[in-house]
Amino acid sequence: MPIIGSGRLEKVAAVTTGVMKPFKDNRALLRKIAGIGVLLLGFLFAAKLCIGAPANSAQIPSIFRPESTPADSIFHLSLLVLTVTGLIFLIVFSLLVYSVAKYRRRGGEDGREPPQVYGSNQVELAWTVIPILIVLVLFLATARAIHSIQDAPKPPAAIEVIAIGHQFWWEFRYPTLGVVTANEMHVPVSDPANPSPTFITLLSADTDHSFWVPRLAGKTDLIPNRVNHTWIDPHQTGLYLGQCAQYCGTQHAKMLLRVYVDSREQFDQWVQEERKPGVAGGTEEEGRRIFETTACVNCHAVSGTVANGRFGPDLTHLMSRDTIASGAAANTPEQLKLWIQNPDSIKPGSLMPAMKLDEKDLDALTAYLETLR
Amino acid sequence: MSSESIALSAVDHGTRPISERLHDWVVTVDHKKLGILYIVYALVFLVIGGIEATIIRIQLIVPHNHFVSPQVFNRMMTMHGTTMIFFVVMPILFGFGTYLIPLMIGARDMAFPRLNAFSFWMTAFGGLLLYFSFIGGNGLYGAGTAPDVGWWAYAPLTSRAFSVGHSTDFWTLALLVSGVGSIGTGVNFIATILCMRCPGMTLGKMPLLAWLNLVVGGMVIFCISPLTAAQIMLSIDRYLGGHFFDTQAGGSAALWMHFFWIFGHPEVYILVVPAFAFVSEIVPIFSRKPIFGYPVMVAATIGIGFISFSVWAHHMFTVGMSSYGNSFFVFTTMAIAVPTGIKIFNWLGTMWGGKIQFKAPMLFCIGFLFQFLIAGLTGIMLGAAPFNWQLSGSYFVVAHFHYVIVGGILFAVFGAFYYWFPKMSGRMYNETLAKWHFWLFLVGFHMTFDFMHIPGLLGMPRRIYTYEPGRGWEFWNLIVTIGVLFQIAAILIFVGNLLWSLFKGDPATSDPWDAWTLEWSTTSPPPEYNFATIPVVESRRPLWDLKHPEDPDWKYE
Repeated sequence: MPIIGSGRLEKVAAVTTGVMKPFKDNRALLRKIAGIGVLLLGFLFAAKLCIGAPANSAQIPSIFRPESTPADSIFHLSLLVLTVTGLIFLIVFSLLVYSVAKYRRRGGEDGREPPQVYGSNQVELAWTVIPILIVLVLFLATARAIHSIQDAPKPPAAIEVIAIGHQFWWEFRYPTLGVVTANEMHVPVSDPANPSPTFITLLSADTDHSFWVPRLAGKTDLIPNRVNHTWIDPHQTGLYLGQCAQYCGTQHAKMLLRVYVDSREQFDQWVQEERKPGVAGGTEEEGRRIFETTACVNCHAVSGTVANGRFGPDLTHLMSRDTIASGAAANTPEQLKLWIQNPDSIKPGSLMPAMKLDEKDLDALTAYLETLR
Repeated sequence: MSSESIALSAVDHGTRPISERLHDWVVTVDHKKLGILYIVYALVFLVIGGIEATIIRIQLIVPHNHFVSPQVFNRMMTMHGTTMIFFVVMPILFGFGTYLIPLMIGARDMAFPRLNAFSFWMTAFGGLLLYFSFIGGNGLYGAGTAPDVGWWAYAPLTSRAFSVGHSTDFWTLALLVSGVGSIGTGVNFIATILCMRCPGMTLGKMPLLAWLNLVVGGMVIFCISPLTAAQIMLSIDRYLGGHFFDTQAGGSAALWMHFFWIFGHPEVYILVVPAFAFVSEIVPIFSRKPIFGYPVMVAATIGIGFISFSVWAHHMFTVGMSSYGNSFFVFTTMAIAVPTGIKIFNWLGTMWGGKIQFKAPMLFCIGFLFQFLIAGLTGIMLGAAPFNWQLSGSYFVVAHFHYVIVGGILFAVFGAFYYWFPKMSGRMYNETLAKWHFWLFLVGFHMTFDFMHIPGLLGMPRRIYTYEPGRGWEFWNLIVTIGVLFQIAAILIFVGNLLWSLFKGDPATSDPWDAWTLEWSTTSPPPEYNFATIPVVESRRPLWDLKHPEDPDWKYE
């Protein structure tokens, strides 16, 4: 029966007679839908077989595998939201399928119009009030999660990092520890019983960027002329991948981000190494001369030398990093040479200029860079 | 009720030379011709924007692909977004509004026919200006470049330091010019609907399409204006030494975001409310029942219109607002889900107890209902600010708004297209081809946009021209791109059907769907004056009253 409203609003133009036979004439349509469903599933399965699983599932930056309190709070909020929206979907979708299947015009009918129903105040009231209640619950749960993440107090043991977004790389400065590095952020693991979270101040040197390591926290933008904050407290050591999540220019795609979560001892040792000034000479005098007399020093810094540029990554401890070009290439001598001579082959549109050195100078320069440990 | 129109004098257009007939189209102020011009113009840009989308998807089919350079990719994604929003969806919806509103309210034209023509040509020149950037972006002597700043054109990427040449200027001017056209259309919709209704048609007896476009008109005026203002400010920055958005001189990047999204979010509703209007007209006809809860539908639309101006910063949850600011925008965003949900329930209520005919327009509307439901639910997920911190800027949000714009709006537009094609062209479309179009597009849409959510959940940001292997994204991107093939096939069938039916389709009667609103009381296509005598109505469904004199609506309203 159709929904019958308060009497005044209801009108019957023509009385339908005969026994309803739901679904009887709808098999063709249902078969079509089921067929498409089976096709899609089969296709998915075949495609999955062709591609195979990724080599290392730990490298998937899934938001559903949180390893830090902010990401974890978001994960729990998302479970609530997904459950509520999932239930709404099931109910409304069932109603839609039911009405499409049941109220289908059947062949061999008298052609008369169905009962003309204009509405029902009670039904309208119900499907207004129930959504309002659902929305209120979701709002309160969300507001609580916002507060718990955004207004979390900073414990005294917290590590402070200033992250500065550049086109198209990350600068990390540890003001209290005297460390400056790029693209690969090191933080200590945080024991939930004795937390040592990392609080990150987010700045930008040029355009908008966004700091996003999905397994550690949601994203927060880095906006020029604005100071933003985020924090993480990773529970497990390891490497966490992320990347810039706000379009920042040509090479937005290769502004990759790596967060290394070290044990406390590893982290302290890393800090000790990073605080040392760069090598002050040694066997690679020729390479150093080339570095300090070409354009390299305009943009790059090596502490303890004349090189003090700020436009490009600090190279004082370049060899302590696994990657170059903001994660776009492995840190090997071959890749370094390629990056110096022809950066566009790795990252077209990056702001690193092609240095056009001859073979001998390139070898010497690379040898010098190899000593920056 | 006196709406039967008699063709007074059938001018034989066929005998006049083609140049004269084209000239008629250029100088016309007839709302029907302008409506068709809008629609044809939008369909041309739909194909262009679709080609850009295809280039994007081919580039992303495998990681580290070299199909296009990052520079080209960034131009494609900027042009795809700008084209689809400003030069496809808006004009096609304005086109249907311009064509249908006077016919549905029993008027002979819009309130301001010349403004109507002016609005169309402004919009049209805006599109041409945008595409001229391909030639003139770096000046005519250099290689041309289209803008590559993303369709939000976030500051300071648009400042002269980061955007050299003129590509950003073409983008700015294109939106400025077409925005003037949109405001003209908004004014015209409001004036027409408020002042031109036929005798007996009180506000409460207007077809829902007129009501919803009245709300759209109001939203256009209030939300295009800040966009236009922002474009002027950006031009001042770029050429007159202003520093509104120039962060290197103390300007504010966040200011541009606020300007853009105070336009951008109501814009979403400017696009989707006309789609609601189509569904609200089509579902009753093919369910053979009046719209369920007409006053509630009107109230919900007005509610959406107002609330949509208070939700803009939910596009900015990641820019570092205070926890109170974030909570406020969570609240308004959740609140707008309520009137939207009410609309879905009312469409279901309309189908409930009806005798549903699965003609192509109805199939597209059912697709709309299903997909808009999902789009609304992913919208709630995005509205929960902390969840948004993970989802925004990722492929999840790309999937979400394509669900709204393709799964919702475009499906409704296709439904409207088939529904009113007989009225506009005087010929019936081919139902078999239309059903092929529907099913192929449905499969392609779901392959592309269902699976596009997943890489977003796995941490894939939007607007990247390539991605790293081994992050679990390859498989999903492959499927997403394959889905595009089905969509292309469907669109080819659609265009083929359109062209074939235009010349070879069966002649359409004035009322092929046994419908109830005034546009079906005149001939197909309607004469220039629409109605020989202005109709007089007594209810929301004047043609029902005419066909069922024993049981007219006005007894119950």
